[in-house]
Amino acid sequence: MKQNAIMIKVQDNVATALRDLDAGQTYQFVAGKETRSVTMKEAIAYGHKFAAVDIPKGTDIIKYGEIMGRSTAHIPQGTHAHVQNIESLRGRGDLEKKGV
Amino acid sequence: MEFLGYEREDGGVGTRNYVGVLSTVICGNEVAEKIASQVKGATAFLHHQGCCQTPIDINRVNDVLIGLGKNPNLAAVLLVSLGCESTNIQMVADGIAESGKRVETIVIQEEGGAARSVAQGILLAQSMVTDASEQKRAPFPLSELVLGLKCGSSDTTSGLSSNPVVGILSDLIVEAGGTSILGEVTEFIGAEHLLAKHAKDEETAGKMLELVARMENRAIQMGFDIRGGQPTGGNIKGGLTTIEEKSLGAIAKAGNAPFQAVYEYGVKPDVKGLVVMDSPGREPEILTGLSAAGANVIAFTTGRGAPQGFPFVPVIKLTGNEKTWKNLIDHMDFSVSSVMEGTETLEEAGNRLLSELVDVASGKLTKAEISGYTSSMDIYMVGPVI
Repeated sequence: MKQNAIMIKVQDNVATALRDLDAGQTYQFVAGKETRSVTMKEAIAYGHKFAAVDIPKGTDIIKYGEIMGRSTAHIPQGTHAHVQNIESLRGRGDLEKKGV
Repeated sequence: MEFLGYEREDGGVGTRNYVGVLSTVICGNEVAEKIASQVKGATAFLHHQGCCQTPIDINRVNDVLIGLGKNPNLAAVLLVSLGCESTNIQMVADGIAESGKRVETIVIQEEGGAARSVAQGILLAQSMVTDASEQKRAPFPLSELVLGLKCGSSDTTSGLSSNPVVGILSDLIVEAGGTSILGEVTEFIGAEHLLAKHAKDEETAGKMLELVARMENRAIQMGFDIRGGQPTGGNIKGGLTTIEEKSLGAIAKAGNAPFQAVYEYGVKPDVKGLVVMDSPGREPEILTGLSAAGANVIAFTTGRGAPQGFPFVPVIKLTGNEKTWKNLIDHMDFSVSSVMEGTETLEEAGNRLLSELVDVASGKLTKAEISGYTSSMDIYMVGPVI
């Protein structure tokens, strides 16, 4: 059966849409060996991530059970988690330049 | 399990039997391309280097051309030189000839221009193809395979399906006594701690970590956030957010085998098993680096649909993205969207891919070979053009 979304490890805080997900719908998805459900607050395109839990600003973003970045804003559960609210912690020449 | 390959004098085994027309400098490209286009069985390697560069890069051009010429997929080599470049033509010709192959050189300025060079080159390449065509394929064990690993135009499906499937393939090749080369050091950034656990010992892990630090510092020195460059604009559209996320998906290609050694760009491994080679993630440079290191077949995963192959090494293009498989069927060789659908396990897809790899190594053509989407190659340079 085609899955709606996948959260690779149970400790992850983001999940990946495996098909286009509609706003306002509640979707069940695989989370490690468990099943979770989240109501989408906005539409999520295939291949994109959404917050599986409420993620406060400045939180490590976890996927594959590993840190893949940090939130730059509060990411409410069921909203799009991507470049607009997640920053990379690596290869940041822009930070070196500002002397941060 | 065996594949049907071409035995070479130096002990290597080719999966193809091309005559390679290698341009020794950017200025030889037009002639090399025309020669290869007129001779069935010949293929051209074109690039943009070989002149007005610092010695570190000129030495690399010499070494990479030697490595490419020695690749077992080439039966013989025709070098095309302008005549005034920095590339050391004699050294390159002698280096390739060590493998026992016939090597000929055309020098455009000595031959009297492009028209005469093309004519003379065609005659030479024709006689090389005649000789090469006499050789027959014979069965060889999978331990003679040198598998290059590559992912390009990745999306979310890459980390979830095609890369782990290639990881299983890599493990199967290593188990059979073969070699598997992991490059794309940029795409270790953020996942190097996981990769380090797969090193055969601490010293080998340390060498890999040095390559990652060197690559990351190169990017940082430019004074910008690498996002947009890595991950690329296309990666971001596909749902990848940070280089760390891309890397965590990308290293799945390495499977679970311990890596045995770490090499500089384009250097042929002197051990079997999984090895790491320095290279950036961009297609022209890594495909060239893998081929110079002796890869005789390459597994290339893609999400959104990267089209490139390599002039004389078959590149198997696989995707877990059902839309890409359908939309870009003239570039795609193998689908693992079944893994995304949940109708096939990673292990099942990995074994199915091994069977495809053996077919391709034995002569089944890939889409990139059929379409000839192989001319935009390059050599990875570290210094400026001066």
